[in-house]
Amino acid sequence: MMDAAVAENNFVHDEAKRAKTLRRFRIGDLTFKTITQTAAITVLVLLAGVIVALVHGSLPAWRAYGFGFFTAESWNPVTEKFGALPAIYGTLLTSFIAMLIGVPVSLGIAIFLTEICPERLRRTIGIAIELLAGIPSIIYGIWGLFIFAPWFQVHVQPLLIDTFANIPVMNQLFAGPPYGIGLLTAGLILAIMVLPFITSITREVFDTVPPVLKEAAYGIGCTRWEVMKRVVIPYTRVGIIGGVMLGLGRALGETMAVTFVIGNAHRIASSIMAPGTTISASIANEFTEAVGDLYTSSLIALGLILFLITFVVLAFARLMLMRIERKAGK
Amino acid sequence: MRFMSYAVAAGLAVAFTVTTAQAADLSGAGATFPYPIYAKWADAYKKETGIGLNYQSIGSGGGIKQIENKTVTFGASDKPLPGEELDKYGLAQFPMVMGGIVPVVNLEGIKPGELVLDGDTIAKIFMGEITKWDDETIKQLNPDAKLPSSAIAVVHRSDGSGTTFNFTYYLSDVSADWKSNVGSNTAVEWPVGIGAKGNEGVANNVANTKGSVGYVEYAYALQNKLTFTKMMNKAGKTVAPTSESFQAAAAGADWSSQPGFGVILANQPGDESWPMTAGTWILMYKQPSDPAASSEALKFFAWAYKNGDKMAEELDYVPMPDSVVEQVQKMWSADIKDTAGKPIFAMN
Repeated sequence: MMDAAVAENNFVHDEAKRAKTLRRFRIGDLTFKTITQTAAITVLVLLAGVIVALVHGSLPAWRAYGFGFFTAESWNPVTEKFGALPAIYGTLLTSFIAMLIGVPVSLGIAIFLTEICPERLRRTIGIAIELLAGIPSIIYGIWGLFIFAPWFQVHVQPLLIDTFANIPVMNQLFAGPPYGIGLLTAGLILAIMVLPFITSITREVFDTVPPVLKEAAYGIGCTRWEVMKRVVIPYTRVGIIGGVMLGLGRALGETMAVTFVIGNAHRIASSIMAPGTTISASIANEFTEAVGDLYTSSLIALGLILFLITFVVLAFARLMLMRIERKAGK
Repeated sequence: MRFMSYAVAAGLAVAFTVTTAQAADLSGAGATFPYPIYAKWADAYKKETGIGLNYQSIGSGGGIKQIENKTVTFGASDKPLPGEELDKYGLAQFPMVMGGIVPVVNLEGIKPGELVLDGDTIAKIFMGEITKWDDETIKQLNPDAKLPSSAIAVVHRSDGSGTTFNFTYYLSDVSADWKSNVGSNTAVEWPVGIGAKGNEGVANNVANTKGSVGYVEYAYALQNKLTFTKMMNKAGKTVAPTSESFQAAAAGADWSSQPGFGVILANQPGDESWPMTAGTWILMYKQPSDPAASSEALKFFAWAYKNGDKMAEELDYVPMPDSVVEQVQKMWSADIKDTAGKPIFAMN
């Protein structure tokens, strides 16, 4: 009897203690939820603020040019006739060149580092790539202008012009004169700049492939290439696409390095070695001295367009991921 | 470590007291072209008077915006404001110092000052009508020079700039084609060429690109050891870019002909005049909301007019001729007044 009463008493006591602890947990959880929620909402508010500011600032340009702003080629501060087409073209083309070169090279580095490279070299190359990611973009710009462009002008561009001189279409794409700087140079510098981003992410995701899968593949006699193609890359494609998109985002928005080497000309030439411009380079170049509301507003409108491009690219990446996942799920 | 943190703290304390002492500093913003000389003058002025200058070289456009928003005591612009805009905001304007714009080329075997160009030829090159160095037009101006048959790579400014304004103003003045097709402004729609940011950007691109031609402030051409050319001036004489030829252009100008001394020194008459000379202007309110600050600013400018000539020449700028300074100071005492209507600058 006595024991039972003590047990009863203890039970009541425990009950109260438990309720108290539970309450404490609940408050803790609630606080935690509120804090993280606020952080998430802040991002949305900031994003909305940026959109509102861009739309508001670009209104005069939209009023003056309407949809024609997207398609007009002229960029004339004297007559205040502004069109975004050359900047959009330059932005997309340089990013495309950067991806065309950057993605295969990055994947190659990542594959080599995770699958083939001896342990000691792995660390050296890994650190070198991380260092590349840490170099400020202005340094890339200065290096591009002083070292890379002059070398490119003397040793590579004449070669390209001569090689393709008699091949139709290609001789238009690689037409002179060799300036050293231009769209192609900007694309190449961007390729170097996106390389570390794509490499480090793909490397991380390659490391997540369970060894048992790879060993099984090797076990049934797959070559390295087959293991990469059939096991590692399918297993990690979501991560790879994520890395590529991160690199593309950087290429689209990169300002300083591009400004140095692109030639800053609001023109669309058939040659990819001709000088051009990108959206962010135009804004960086001209915003400080843009006198007149329409000029400033047109530059802000360019900013809005870059925002839209980035948004479309990200949405497209999402769509692609969803499609791949659905296919894989079948 | 501890010593280090003491040192940092002491440094901060010093920095802090200095900042508070600077409360009375002059504040200005605008053109980047005169920034080196304003900084040099300010440094010397501070040693003499203890009053410093906080000048933000954010560009002429920014300078005009800031003075119109009254966030600074004076604005600085390479492009003079037209009379109606000065009247609209109640601004006074005066030229502070001058410089020369020179064409620079990168041609093998051609030394500085060897090549001669004229305005019309430069306009045609920058419009893409002359594309080879051995074009007849260039040959005629340079019968003795060995000109290669290589393509001309045009380099221009990619950012808005007073230098571009003066350069394109000159080309509009000498070439009707240029005037109708391109026009003049701080930035224009360039028919050909590559854009580079800042005088230093153009200088570097010209230095790096064989067969290129560009335009920079004289000081940049000298510092980067670029091949500048001679020019044919309005009088049909060949002149070299020198302090004398820039001053000759300023001396020949009729400064009172434009409101706010807004005379653009392109293509001035005179046998000795360099055709691409450019002034840079200061903008101040005629009835400033802070007369004390404006008075201090005018004192600084008066000091610079009086004592700054040698420093300007050291940096390859051209000081204003004394006759112009006299007119400017007359305008100060006549136009710039405090709320009671009393002139805030007294001539001595």
